[in-house]
Amino acid sequence: MGGLMDGDANHGKAALPGHRARRWAVQRQKLIPYVFIAPNIVLFTTFSFLPLIYAFYISFHDWSLIGDPEWLGIHNYTRLVRDPLFWQSLRNTLVYALSTVPTSMAIGLLLAMALNRRLPGRTFIRSVYFLPLVVSAVATGTIAAWMFNENYGVINAALVQLGLGRISWLSNPAWALPSLAVATLWVRVGFNMVVYLAALQSIPAVYYEAAKIDGASGLSQFRHVTFPLLAPATFLLLILNVIHSFQVFDLVYVMTGGGPGFSTTMVVQYIFKSAFVTSEMGYASAMGVALYLIILVFTAIQWRASRQSESAL
Amino acid sequence: MKARSTAQATTAIWLGLVIGALLMLFPIYWIAATAVRPRTEIFDAVISLVPAHVTWENFIYLWRRQPLLAWMTNSLFIAIVGVFITVFANLLCGYTFAKFKFPGRNILFFAILGALMIPIQVILVPEFLITAWLGLLNTPWGVILPRAAEAFGIFMVRQFMVSIPDELLEAARLDGAGEFHIFTRIVLPLSRPIIAVLVIFTFMWRWNDFAWPLVVLTDHEQYTLPLGLNLLRGEVNPEWGQVMALALIGLAPMLIIFLLFQRYLVQGIASTGLK
Repeated sequence: MGGLMDGDANHGKAALPGHRARRWAVQRQKLIPYVFIAPNIVLFTTFSFLPLIYAFYISFHDWSLIGDPEWLGIHNYTRLVRDPLFWQSLRNTLVYALSTVPTSMAIGLLLAMALNRRLPGRTFIRSVYFLPLVVSAVATGTIAAWMFNENYGVINAALVQLGLGRISWLSNPAWALPSLAVATLWVRVGFNMVVYLAALQSIPAVYYEAAKIDGASGLSQFRHVTFPLLAPATFLLLILNVIHSFQVFDLVYVMTGGGPGFSTTMVVQYIFKSAFVTSEMGYASAMGVALYLIILVFTAIQWRASRQSESAL
Repeated sequence: MKARSTAQATTAIWLGLVIGALLMLFPIYWIAATAVRPRTEIFDAVISLVPAHVTWENFIYLWRRQPLLAWMTNSLFIAIVGVFITVFANLLCGYTFAKFKFPGRNILFFAILGALMIPIQVILVPEFLITAWLGLLNTPWGVILPRAAEAFGIFMVRQFMVSIPDELLEAARLDGAGEFHIFTRIVLPLSRPIIAVLVIFTFMWRWNDFAWPLVVLTDHEQYTLPLGLNLLRGEVNPEWGQVMALALIGLAPMLIIFLLFQRYLVQGIASTGLK
């Protein structure tokens, strides 16, 4: 309060010459938020929003970076619908998502529940499961490619030791995607575990005490207490993991290069190939726009589902 | 009876967890084990789990064959400068959204959050064209600036700073402190935990970045460590010992950060699902 009085007294003394300055100060105060967010707005506009509009524009053109873009109308989109390679890349992406998202979430949940108990060395064990998160996707892909190597890889060496035959993990189309999924699990499991652990720790102990008094067994406690209360975490993870698997690029690029053949080429790989290998900027952009729409639709569906299940609780 | 079966269950769970943990650790061990093995041992028909001989030859060949020093300095420069720009801009922006009311605030905030949803591959082509047009191809700035604005960071900072009491800022204003002064002298010291999370995550993202640098940097001398790793791994007959030596060099700073700041990593992921 003292500060306020002082301020007023000062203003009173310098009333006439200070009037203009004060109006300027008020104006300046209004500008300050815009000045503070300006750096981000400039960067976002230049490198996110303009490119998004630009991508939309290019997707209606034929352009190889040389010469001027040539108007094609919706041709790139009709081509997309008829392109078997696009559908295969979409199918690969879906198979990849279906084989990594539910598994990594289930393992993450199991680990979180196990590590939520009092166990010797619990903190250390948690750290170990979490460690792969700081390893770059390029390093993950590289070490996976080396371990799955047909001739000198440690996995085949172990199979031989066990009296089994070698498997061409990365050169057989049937095995390449499963190998990729295993490498993905190595990274994603710890991430899901951390989110589930945080959610588990926020469940008040009274719920379990009440369930115990009611004589609920371990399994029914899980079904009726733990799992429903974890629903928000489950939906968050579902959205994040699905988006992640729709955007997986680095790992695939380094580990399999999208091959053998087209067997592990994801939509994102195909976009990259079209843009920077065959220089079809228009077609690559059309696929990008399609992918963006797919991700938006997925996220919207999951949001709705989560809202409904939350209100059902 | 009950107590004994619980104890047995606990032991079984613990054993399962330890075996799983060993499997999780194995790839990291295998990077190191391959990196210090002599070439003959790497391409031997029989593979032993522990290297019979330990050698530095892979590191030495790597140093002679590749611009290793340039890759390390490029990676460091991009990560450190990137962290400074991103974290500072995010703090300023998140603070503004948390503590100022101004026309257009909500629209701008949601526009920035919407940018979160744009996968990089969707805008890869136009972003590349804009970067080329700005003359930033093959420079570290071409990697740094397009990635400098991070919507996740802004969102996190806003959530954190909403809880800073308004009275504190008002009091400083009445004492005649300038807005930037209030930000640097009052807001930032209160925000140390969130700054730590932001610095660690941003460093990790920039250090491990691949797709965008791959598009921007074409000159080998300009490469970062992950690009160099991809280059070596992509050779027709990769020298796996050298590949793993390079992987280990790129991994080392992240392992140190992990050991020192794991708490912040866990906190960042648990609070926002960030990775």
